[in-house]
Amino acid sequence: MPLALRVAQSLSEAAGILAADPRVTLLSGGTLVMRDVNEGRLTDGTLLRVTDPAWRQMQVSGSRIELGAAVTMAAILANRELAFLHAAARAVGGPAIRNMATIGGNLFAGTPYGDFAVALLALDAQVMVLAGYGSARAVPLEEFLAGRARGESRLVAGIQFNRPVAPGDFRFLKVSRVKPKGLSVLSIAAHLPGSGSRIGQARVAYGAMAPLPFRARGVERALEGKALDAAGIAAARAAALEGVQPVTDAIASDWYRREVLPVHLGRLLAERG
Amino acid sequence: MAKVPVQFRLNGSDRAAFADPADNLLTVLRRGLNDFGPKYGCGQGTCGTCSVLIDGELRLACLTLAASCEGASIETVSGMADGPSLHPLQNAFMEHFAAQCGFCTPGMLTAAKALLDRNPNPGREDVIDAIAGNICRCTGYEPIIQAILAAARTLPAQRRS
Amino acid sequence: MEFRKDLFQNERDDNLNVVGKGVQRQDMPGHVTGRSPFFDDHAFEGLLHLKVVRSPHHHARIRRIDISAAERAPGVKRILRGADVPVNKNTLLSLINFGKDDEPSLAVDKVRYKGEPIVAIIAESEAQALAARALVRVEYEPLPAVFDVEEALKPGAPVVNDTYPGNCFEYHEKYDHQKLRFGDVERGFAMADHIVEDRYQMSPIEHAPTETNGSIAAPEQNDRFVVHSCAQGLFFSLGTAAKIVNLDSNRLHFIGGTVGGGFGGKVDSLTEPLAVLGAMMTGRPVRYVLDREEEMLHGGPRGAERIYIKDGIARDGRILARHIRSYFDAGAYTRLSSYAAIKCTAHLPGPYTIPNVTSDIYVAYTNRCPSTAMRGFGITAVDFALEVHMDKGAEACGLDPVEFRILNAYRDGDMKAHRRVAKNTALIECVQVAAEKARWPLSEEAQRQSSLTGGGGARAEIPATPIDENGRINRPETRGGRPTQTLPAGTMRVPMTKQPIMEGSTENRPSAPSVPQYEPYRPATAAPPPPPPPVPASRSAAPPPPAAPPVPPPAGPAPASQHGAHRFSSVFGTRRR
Ligand SMILES: Cc1cc2nc3c(=O)[nH]c(=O)nc-3n(C[C@H](O)[C@H](O)[C@H](O)COP(=O)(O)OP(=O)(O)OC[C@H]3O[C@@H](n4cnc5c(N)ncnc54)[C@H](O)[C@@H]3O)c2cc1C
Ligand code: FES
Ligand code: FES
Repeated sequence: MPLALRVAQSLSEAAGILAADPRVTLLSGGTLVMRDVNEGRLTDGTLLRVTDPAWRQMQVSGSRIELGAAVTMAAILANRELAFLHAAARAVGGPAIRNMATIGGNLFAGTPYGDFAVALLALDAQVMVLAGYGSARAVPLEEFLAGRARGESRLVAGIQFNRPVAPGDFRFLKVSRVKPKGLSVLSIAAHLPGSGSRIGQARVAYGAMAPLPFRARGVERALEGKALDAAGIAAARAAALEGVQPVTDAIASDWYRREVLPVHLGRLLAERG
Repeated sequence: MAKVPVQFRLNGSDRAAFADPADNLLTVLRRGLNDFGPKYGCGQGTCGTCSVLIDGELRLACLTLAASCEGASIETVSGMADGPSLHPLQNAFMEHFAAQCGFCTPGMLTAAKALLDRNPNPGREDVIDAIAGNICRCTGYEPIIQAILAAARTLPAQRRS
Repeated sequence: MEFRKDLFQNERDDNLNVVGKGVQRQDMPGHVTGRSPFFDDHAFEGLLHLKVVRSPHHHARIRRIDISAAERAPGVKRILRGADVPVNKNTLLSLINFGKDDEPSLAVDKVRYKGEPIVAIIAESEAQALAARALVRVEYEPLPAVFDVEEALKPGAPVVNDTYPGNCFEYHEKYDHQKLRFGDVERGFAMADHIVEDRYQMSPIEHAPTETNGSIAAPEQNDRFVVHSCAQGLFFSLGTAAKIVNLDSNRLHFIGGTVGGGFGGKVDSLTEPLAVLGAMMTGRPVRYVLDREEEMLHGGPRGAERIYIKDGIARDGRILARHIRSYFDAGAYTRLSSYAAIKCTAHLPGPYTIPNVTSDIYVAYTNRCPSTAMRGFGITAVDFALEVHMDKGAEACGLDPVEFRILNAYRDGDMKAHRRVAKNTALIECVQVAAEKARWPLSEEAQRQSSLTGGGGARAEIPATPIDENGRINRPETRGGRPTQTLPAGTMRVPMTKQPIMEGSTENRPSAPSVPQYEPYRPATAAPPPPPPPVPASRSAAPPPPAAPPVPPPAGPAPASQHGAHRFSSVFGTRRR
């Protein structure tokens, strides 16, 4: 049977529908779902649209930032309070894609997609998950991504994270071959509290260096208590490849990704904050 | 299978069509409403030939669920000219040989219009960024970039008049 | 843009109305208003949509096809299988009697590349056709596949294409490759001071036209079918569709010419025959458009090529002999790779006058998407290889690479390796202008050279040419082992007589003097080699010998069925007049 369509007025209604029927596919910006429809990979079941305005809301004024899962990359780019995230939002697709692509969908995008999720991972973001009717539960993004890999399907209502104290503490880099728009050879996000002097509790995340965005714990450890001088950067570079499992795809080979990662990490850390 | 009705404004007129529930907007525009301006080039968001403006925002019709356009205002290349008088972008594309096969042209014009509607005074980098989602396999892009920059130069004068 | 009107003035009429001027194209208003009528821009009442089940395997036997669930799916009007296609085997150039029919419209017993069409679903909407497609069950028995051109030609390789069990295209029912023999390369190599050898590999390239391949066919008045087609060669497509659906061509009314980019990828009639067949079977308009992934899998690319070049070069920089051995990757069936090899051969040895030239160009079948035309196919890849090789040759004899090209460039009146006299040559002037633009210093000597002078004379002679029968089809003595599956002994590389020139190595070699010696030209083969084999006698520049140029002098009258093949080759050979 060709696909059917349902519309949910509220997030909790949507969560209930999703929980009740495994053949329901949630549609957010649709940039990935509609491709599957167009190419005949998704021919069966139900598409679920959500019209709840809460899904698109943003709380950006304070130190704790809350973004609805259906907030688009373009909406982030249009918001000055979120300037530190602009590089990551601009990294997703071309202008039309950015008008459609949502942060919620980005958490589900397979590698080499998922550039924005990499940024959120370095921000220690919490994912607000609705598993059926009821109120949202906060799940650390890293844990959420692991659950996604296990095929768990839950509605993401939104994302929360703390604003970096100094704007230069947060850095994002995407390497692609086609400019200005191309798929990731790799992406790196780094949250470096204290980047002006000594770093404490660094968070570094990679995209396209493993099947899922993941945290470069070796680099984080190497940076602990260090300054971003030549010695600190060298230590980080030396640990850069810990735990990576890059794929070979049409964009780059496994070998190439490993080869260039330390170079780009070094450059990102050497940027003046 | 039950078709669903969709109604929206298309290039200034109210239009309605019956669509399959999961139909994309491109299918409804082309096959439901006979607006053959936007083209199918990939169905996966990579080529930009299906670009349209939805409530003034650049979107890819092939990735837009038609049913989600209920009540929206949609502009396609077919509505770009004002009767017989072409939009400055259309004139500039003609003058600068910015089309060869012409298949990317509707999408390019739409993406360029989205840019100029927001930023009537773009620099070269702005233009490149604005058409980054549109693939042209014929021209090598340079004539297109030149045409958009040239069109922008004619805009303020027009708006003043 | 700059026109160099000082060059070749008397060969050209400069009083032109269009060339060099910016003239508005007549299709531009349509393009900028979105009104140019591409094939898909036509509305039809009751339009049906065709989608195809494709092989997920590179090579497999089809055990069973079950369409029962798909037939019952909503909106499905008709399902086509191989048995429904009246003439379910074709090759594009059969329209000019070139090659054997080998590619089915819908695979029957085997699939030979990933993406090969097997079953076509025709339904009321695209969504319904896609949903029904997902219900078709095909049982496969995967077979070993071969992806490398040279592996494919080895004995014991999996047979890709049963029409050509040796995994190579057969020319004129006689040779398993395209041969070019001019002079005596072995003698040339023996006389050379430097031997430069290398291997070049080119990848397949997808045209990726912005508009994918597609067509709409609809029943028309007068018992005809109208076909809106994306074809680059509309009448090729008409002929192909007529043959496959077994209709007289006057019952097909093809409309096209507005093509959303082709670049060679729209010559193969990928969709027209099934769209027409669908319209015949349903009595309704049928639209068949490839999606982007299908365009990549099923629309042929420029074929990959592997090229081996061996040059023998005299100390003064003159190339005395050039041997080229190349393998075109045809993919699983013959689209246009057979023609690419002819073009390639006709182009050898590049725009240079070399007294001894041999080439053997093979078209090998592999379990990849069939390859086809693309912008200079057959030429561009070998030209890349030749020009890289020219740089290596210049390096080997310590010459400036630009001067090295001017020194070896062909000139008006020279005999080309395929036995045509060179006319309107312009390489020297091109190189001179390019050097000027690049501010590359040229010797005065090199600046004085001209395509118009210095050619002809001894350079117009056809040298004595040993010919061989290597690669004769069905001659066991030239192949050994299973017929058509071994590389003929005579095409093996000769043991290198000199130190090979390694890529990038300049050590221990004298630095390049900027000026080679432009002495009067003395062909290296002026003295006929010992036992002279039969040589075409013609020394006159004007009428070309009757044989198809890339083939050695004919061993006898060609079989009648090959008439088109000869005509085809000679059409190409005389094109540049
Ligand atoms: C041409 C093109 C270029 C692209 N370039 C990039 C790029 O450079 N970088 C990049 O990262 N991505 C890229 N993408 C991928 C994609 O656009 C983005 O990842 C985008 O953020 C996905 O969001 P979406 O809202 O469109 O997802 P959708 O298509 O709506 O959904 C994707 C998946 O996520 C699920 N989902 C979505 N939202 C939720 C939610 N709130 N809760 C639970 N499940 C949810 C859906 O059910 C679906 O399975 C590109 C895509 C295209 C077509
Ligand atoms: S058809 Fe929509 S982006 Fe290509
Ligand atoms: S003009 Fe042909 S794709 Fe742009």
